Amino acid sequence: MKLLALDTSTEACSAALYVNGETISRFELAPRRHAELILPMIDDVLSEAEFSLKQLDALGFGRGPGAFTGVRIATSITQGLAFATDLPVVPVSSLAALAQGTKDKADYIIAAIDARMREIYYGIYRINKQGIVELNGEEHVCSPDKVNIPESITSCYGAGTGWLHYEKILAGRSEKKLLGFDGDRYPNAIDIATLAVAAFNQGGAVPLDRILPVYLRDNVTG
Amino acid sequence: MRVLGIETSCDETGIAIYDSDQGLLAHVLYSQVDMHECYGGVVPELASRDHVRRVIPLVKTVLSDAGLKGRDIDGIAYTAGPGLIGALLVGVAVGRSLAYAWGIPAVAIHHMEAHLLAPMLEDNPPMFPFIALLVSGGHTQLVEVKQPGDYRMLGESMDDAAGEAFDKTAKLLGLGYPGGPALAKLAEQGNPARFRFPRPMTDRPGMDFSFSGLKTYALNTITTEDNDPQIKADIARAFIDAVVDTLVIKSLRAMEETGLRTLVVAGGVSANRQLRHRLGELSRQIGALVYFPRPEFCTDNGAMIAYAGFLRLQAGQQESLSFTARSRWPMEELQRVRYPGSGIASWKQDTSG
Repeated sequence: MKLLALDTSTEACSAALYVNGETISRFELAPRRHAELILPMIDDVLSEAEFSLKQLDALGFGRGPGAFTGVRIATSITQGLAFATDLPVVPVSSLAALAQGTKDKADYIIAAIDARMREIYYGIYRINKQGIVELNGEEHVCSPDKVNIPESITSCYGAGTGWLHYEKILAGRSEKKLLGFDGDRYPNAIDIATLAVAAFNQGGAVPLDRILPVYLRDNVTG
Repeated sequence: MRVLGIETSCDETGIAIYDSDQGLLAHVLYSQVDMHECYGGVVPELASRDHVRRVIPLVKTVLSDAGLKGRDIDGIAYTAGPGLIGALLVGVAVGRSLAYAWGIPAVAIHHMEAHLLAPMLEDNPPMFPFIALLVSGGHTQLVEVKQPGDYRMLGESMDDAAGEAFDKTAKLLGLGYPGGPALAKLAEQGNPARFRFPRPMTDRPGMDFSFSGLKTYALNTITTEDNDPQIKADIARAFIDAVVDTLVIKSLRAMEETGLRTLVVAGGVSANRQLRHRLGELSRQIGALVYFPRPEFCTDNGAMIAYAGFLRLQAGQQESLSFTARSRWPMEELQRVRYPGSGIASWKQDTSG
């Protein structure tokens, strides 16, 4: 299995090439420099592995939520690559990627990305037996004090810039279940690749016309 | 050389394929105007969200219309500015990654350069050098065009673009959004003698424009006059006469200053009948040659991007893998496009053999 993954949904920009269990990747915290960096990163990982796009089996991309423009850059890049190569594509949640990156910290991961306008994007993830995170409930965009952590959750860990900006509010919502958090965490294409490979094997690839962003925030005309 | 052109700088997704031997092979345009109508203007985020759904399906359409496969395309051109940054980035990112995956060159195109080159797609194209009057919803500019890529800005709007003033005045007259074309239609029933609006900045030297005062003048006239359909038509007429007159006076001034006698008019407002009529008269009076693109290429479109892309690609220009989009981009920063001879016509002959 050979899969190329990319993510530009937050301040971070990353690309990863998964080849039969091994991953080559590039990652940089580079706000507003995604357009400059993403294709060179993709080209880099492919050259390092001496692969061409045509030799791949699939593509994976961070479909959001996150910064609108960043999410669209990854989506547009993926659309172009997929159209040119006919490769199947697996959209991956940027929140799931955050959770996958911290999966060993607790039974549940609360992934939260700062959404500006005093809101966060968040999702609660549980790690399955294969070591892959699965969404518990739905992804949301809301004020941090509206975050709802089900009673059944025994221990959790926080990841993402939502925790950086709303540490106290989110810690308050998690009460004693919270084992810790990392607010300086960003989605990484390495985790997009892991999740995309897992989803691909379960038939998670989508047709070209469904390579689209997931914004969560849909009221944008106010 | 076959070039795929991608335009997403505002509220229209335009895709086209230009062939250097056969001319334009296919072009499609999707306008979002209905989507933005209820907001009374373009909502940038909605525009970006729509482009990301449209670009690839429209690329498929032009390829199939032209009977081509992806491998038949030799280069990709995309509008990289000026325009709405989020909207631009969609077309740029799709275009750049397509070119990367196809292993062909890509080139970033200046939206206004593409507009002023649009008449080159016609059977009887203008010869360089010429004066370009660029009039759209976002720009009003007079440019001395020595050759492709060699531009000198002679004047531009200090405030509202001409098309913007059209739309705002139309709104004041209750004509909805975008009301420019409805305003022009209403003006045809107007009495030109009832009101006379000022011709802004024509009483002083220079070729800059200012149209926001005209909109205020219209508002004052609307408030003081009766709410009567004929009076509304008369106001529309006075407004359009003032805008057209101003554009004509400044264009004439540009020709006088440069000694050039060829005028190219492009951009959305160049489809305006009154403007076309007045410039037609002018060309007869002073022996100038006036060129317009066909009406469908006055507004934003992919054909002009594909054509401008062809000019730049054949001159050896191309973008690295790092792409960018610019909301502002002075035309004078553009690289000159070198080609033998002084006009496109002679260049065409030079390469056909």
